[in-house]
Amino acid sequence: MGKCQGYLDEQFIELEELQDDVNPNFVEEVATLYFKDSARLINNIDQALERGSFDFNRLDSYMHQFKGSSSSIGASKVKTECTMFREYCRVGNAEGCLRTFQQVKKEHARLRKKLEHYFQLARQAGPKETARRSK
Amino acid sequence: MATTSTSTGDINKTKSVEVKKKLNVLIVDDDTVTRKLHEGIIKSFGGISQTAKNGEEAVNIHRNGASFDLILMDKEMPQRDDGVLATKKLREMKVTSMIVGVTSLADNEEERKAFMEAGLNHCLAKPLNKAKIEPIINNLRDA
Repeated sequence: MGKCQGYLDEQFIELEELQDDVNPNFVEEVATLYFKDSARLINNIDQALERGSFDFNRLDSYMHQFKGSSSSIGASKVKTECTMFREYCRVGNAEGCLRTFQQVKKEHARLRKKLEHYFQLARQAGPKETARRSK
Repeated sequence: MATTSTSTGDINKTKSVEVKKKLNVLIVDDDTVTRKLHEGIIKSFGGISQTAKNGEEAVNIHRNGASFDLILMDKEMPQRDDGVLATKKLREMKVTSMIVGVTSLADNEEERKAFMEAGLNHCLAKPLNKAKIEPIINNLRDA
């Protein structure tokens, strides 16, 4: 997990701890759900911002969900950017929202790449090695 | 306590068999990832779980006759106090399950107080992990 350091916090280790022989792909399943869900939320926010409609309550609601799922998976950098976006929503700062959202998307894309690489390595290592590392 | 009757009709006490009941948990959260995480945590304790996406769904599940040992209740789903209202409703319906709030707002004293006053037994901060929920699950098992 060296290459993911800084991008993921101890919550990701909690996910790995939940992976075992009964749930051998738990971490990847959670990550897959996360990226599917967050893509939808990013799209919703993108569309809302492109329309030029700054319904800060709605934007904050989307970002609340995004932050929640980022927290569950341990995506610390994405979560930090989500928090900043919500702060800008709270004070009604449209420019701040736009700027921070670019950062959210950047960190999200970086994390996706890192985790894709991680899971590729995990598959190559095989289930025994993954289970041993998880214990 | 299992018993058998003999041919004479006497009832003999057999050796008691202790069966560890699987914890039955309702997970209420609007976030798919969080629901999956909580399902994984409950499974790691040998429990079984059902999920609901919001307070209304949780209440309807109970109206249909289901009951649970433990309910993990989010607060904002995504309406601000959805979990608070659902908790109040469940208590009005005389639901006696242990209800544990799981919220990112647990550190906000005012929000936490309002959630607890709705009828929670405990309130835990997100993200949930095994260590946070273990004492609660152990207490349920010992009860």
